[in-house]
Amino acid sequence: MSTVQFKVFRGDKSGGALQEYPVEAQEGMVVLDAIHQIQAKHAPDLACRWNCKAGKCGSCGAEVNGKPKLMCMTRLDELDISQPVTVRPMRTFPVIRDLATDVSWNYEVNKRITPFSPPPNTDWRMQQEDVDRVQEFRKCIECFLCQNVCHVLREHDEKTGFIGPRFLVRVASLEMHPLDTANRLPMLKDAGGIGYCNITKCCTEVCPEEIHITDNAIIPLKERVVDEYYDPILAFFRRLFGTKKRPVSGAGGQAADD
Amino acid sequence: MESYQIYDYDVLVVGAGGSGLRAAIAAMEKGAKVGVVSKSLLGKAHTVMAEGGVAAALRNVRSEDSWQVHFRDTLKGGGMLNNWKMVQNYTQEAPDRVLELEQWGAVFDRTPDGRINQRNFGGHTYPRLAHVGDRTGLEMIRTLQDHAVKLGLNVHMETTLYRLLTDGDKVAGAVGFHRNTGQFLVFRAKAVILATGGLGKLYQITSNSWECTGDGFALASMVGADLIDMEFIQFHPTGMIWPTGVMGLLVTEGVRGEGGVLKNSEGKRFMFDNVPDRYKGEFAETEEEADRWLNGDRSARRPPELLTRDVVARAIRKEVNEGRGSPHGGAFLDIASRRSPDYIKKKLPSMYHQFMKLANLDITKESMEVGPTCHYMMGGIRVDPDTQRTNVSGLYAAGEVAAGLHGANRLGGNSLSDLLVFGRRAGLSAAEYAGSQPEAAKTDESQVNALIAEALEPFKSGGENPFALMQELRTGMQKNAGIMRVEEELKAELEILAALKPRIWKAGATGGREYNPGWHTALDLRLMVEVAEAVVLAAQARKESRGGHARLDFPDPDPTFAKLNHIVRRTSQGLTVVTEPLPEMPAELRTIAEAKLVTAQGGS
Repeated sequence: MSTVQFKVFRGDKSGGALQEYPVEAQEGMVVLDAIHQIQAKHAPDLACRWNCKAGKCGSCGAEVNGKPKLMCMTRLDELDISQPVTVRPMRTFPVIRDLATDVSWNYEVNKRITPFSPPPNTDWRMQQEDVDRVQEFRKCIECFLCQNVCHVLREHDEKTGFIGPRFLVRVASLEMHPLDTANRLPMLKDAGGIGYCNITKCCTEVCPEEIHITDNAIIPLKERVVDEYYDPILAFFRRLFGTKKRPVSGAGGQAADD
Repeated sequence: MESYQIYDYDVLVVGAGGSGLRAAIAAMEKGAKVGVVSKSLLGKAHTVMAEGGVAAALRNVRSEDSWQVHFRDTLKGGGMLNNWKMVQNYTQEAPDRVLELEQWGAVFDRTPDGRINQRNFGGHTYPRLAHVGDRTGLEMIRTLQDHAVKLGLNVHMETTLYRLLTDGDKVAGAVGFHRNTGQFLVFRAKAVILATGGLGKLYQITSNSWECTGDGFALASMVGADLIDMEFIQFHPTGMIWPTGVMGLLVTEGVRGEGGVLKNSEGKRFMFDNVPDRYKGEFAETEEEADRWLNGDRSARRPPELLTRDVVARAIRKEVNEGRGSPHGGAFLDIASRRSPDYIKKKLPSMYHQFMKLANLDITKESMEVGPTCHYMMGGIRVDPDTQRTNVSGLYAAGEVAAGLHGANRLGGNSLSDLLVFGRRAGLSAAEYAGSQPEAAKTDESQVNALIAEALEPFKSGGENPFALMQELRTGMQKNAGIMRVEEELKAELEILAALKPRIWKAGATGGREYNPGWHTALDLRLMVEVAEAVVLAAQARKESRGGHARLDFPDPDPTFAKLNHIVRRTSQGLTVVTEPLPEMPAELRTIAEAKLVTAQGGS
């Protein structure tokens, strides 16, 4: 058993500093184990959010040696433990205390998305190949690491005109659902701010669920927005034949539930 | 005097897992003003960890299935100790509840003809579990969360309830605090639904998340609610056993449902030698027959790896005890030699990921090492089978914290549909009760102030480290009241708990009140020690082995105990155990429950 030095951010919204703690390493140990050991032995009031410790709930996101990670899925043996391991809270969200950040903004954004809107009469038959893509998006565990690294949110703090990769993924999961009838393109273009994304793929890189956020969610949504609002040829035909938005399956159109 | 913030609701739902959210949805749809309290962020509750699927006789894969067969399987798996009326309500309603999820946006895996696919699981006669790969719980919680938000969900996230409040003999709300700020909150509510989940954290090795400290059992018991079947704890046969840090982490039964087999260190599939008498004739007797079943031959019987969890867990323990265990003291679970890598990654993606990431092990190439882990509480708050009402006016319970449906052992997949069926029933009846109460709930200020003062004591006490006490509590329960029980150890555990209790009440907290895990743990322990005592008392009373309760000194089922439940009740002298006869099952249902499977295998 060897001792590994940890430098953990201690502080709150008014500021703080890294504090050093020794951790007795064990085979197969993950960063969250180390944080728990520090809690139990040295700092019972060390704040850290976690639930499942199995990479399924997305609660324990933090920046380990500067990299956004789920602490429960980051093994010490994948880090350079000859140097102290630093653990800081996600930078994009305000610190509550220590490693716990205030992610409530995400829950507010989520409320603005038109929910699933099935047509009134359907037999609920869907083929597996038609739902594969949606299932990929629904793997999201809402760890908000993608929000944390997105430069629009992280560097520019654009939290009013942009919903961030997590919620673009959610919109994609609804828009690509074979039985959904709502039209979220106006929201994506305006309040959703999809134009802010310039496809740097930082979100995709940090996704612990390995969702192809940029390629499979954001780019297809961008294409739909472009087709809808900026395609000169389509615009010409629309002027010629009237302004039907986009084909909606089922006669109900936008369901009465937003 | 501490200040506190007051919230008024018709119905207060405690817990935002599957049953809490389903209850909240039902109560909101009834027009009640609903508040939900959750210890974590929304969408993080332990339901998220459910993997294999949600059981319901949808009949999408095998049309021979029906609520009657599900009824029979559930009772048989539960050692016939289940509350028959709950099982009937449950098996009849489960299909509607699953279909409803689909209408709210859940995207289950599909059959070739485009319907919800269903997979095999232990103890279920037919493929019955609607699933999404091996992340069904996530799909369920996200769907319920989205639907509840759509209805205008009012949720107090990261809020812990310290105690329920009473007005005379009825529940009037609760007092708690916001974990982030330490600010105290008083909820005044006409009805309270406890949907707080299980108690896995009482044990050292568990698949449960930190939240599963058994709060609801203790909160209810402290205001006079009866607890029932507290001796029945499910140890899931397949938890990870290596590396140490992830010991207990669940390996879904879906691995066996998809064809995975259990082997000992000699490479032998030992489950063939472990078929209990009551299941004789229902399982394959040779590897050849089991292989034919896997390849879709409907005349072949199911492999014995799909026996119920209590049976499989004890068989693994026996192999280990007799020296045929794996290097880290478990059994080998092998899917690699049974299915192609692509199939495994498609059907069991998070298992693949979990082992790859945490154990450097590729399950498409190598066997996993697995062993029993504390997984589920069959017992809990006693409820009315139709309304989920407890014996305390205004208090309801649903999901894992409520008891009766699963009897002595729960079948895999039955929990997720339990949450839906009884979450909804609890929400409806609590909303109805609240609507019938003419006056707003009244709380007593002196009661509130006394409780708040009590909750703040750890900051003054300078007492022991709560994490060390937690460790002590869990080690003791694991050793003395775990998977195999014996009189002396149970007796010793009661003494340990009696000695721990005053120390727990003096546990100290350092630092401030904002997001302070030490303080939170100190308060959790006060409830956990009560729940532990209830478990041990009930385990001591049941002098037989049945389902999740196994006694070394009484290794067989006993017909006397087959007919009774144990009630743990709080009196002025503390917790006591009372026995009561099982509710009598009507003759026509008994016929269904005791039916021999003639059509189950191969449609013969």
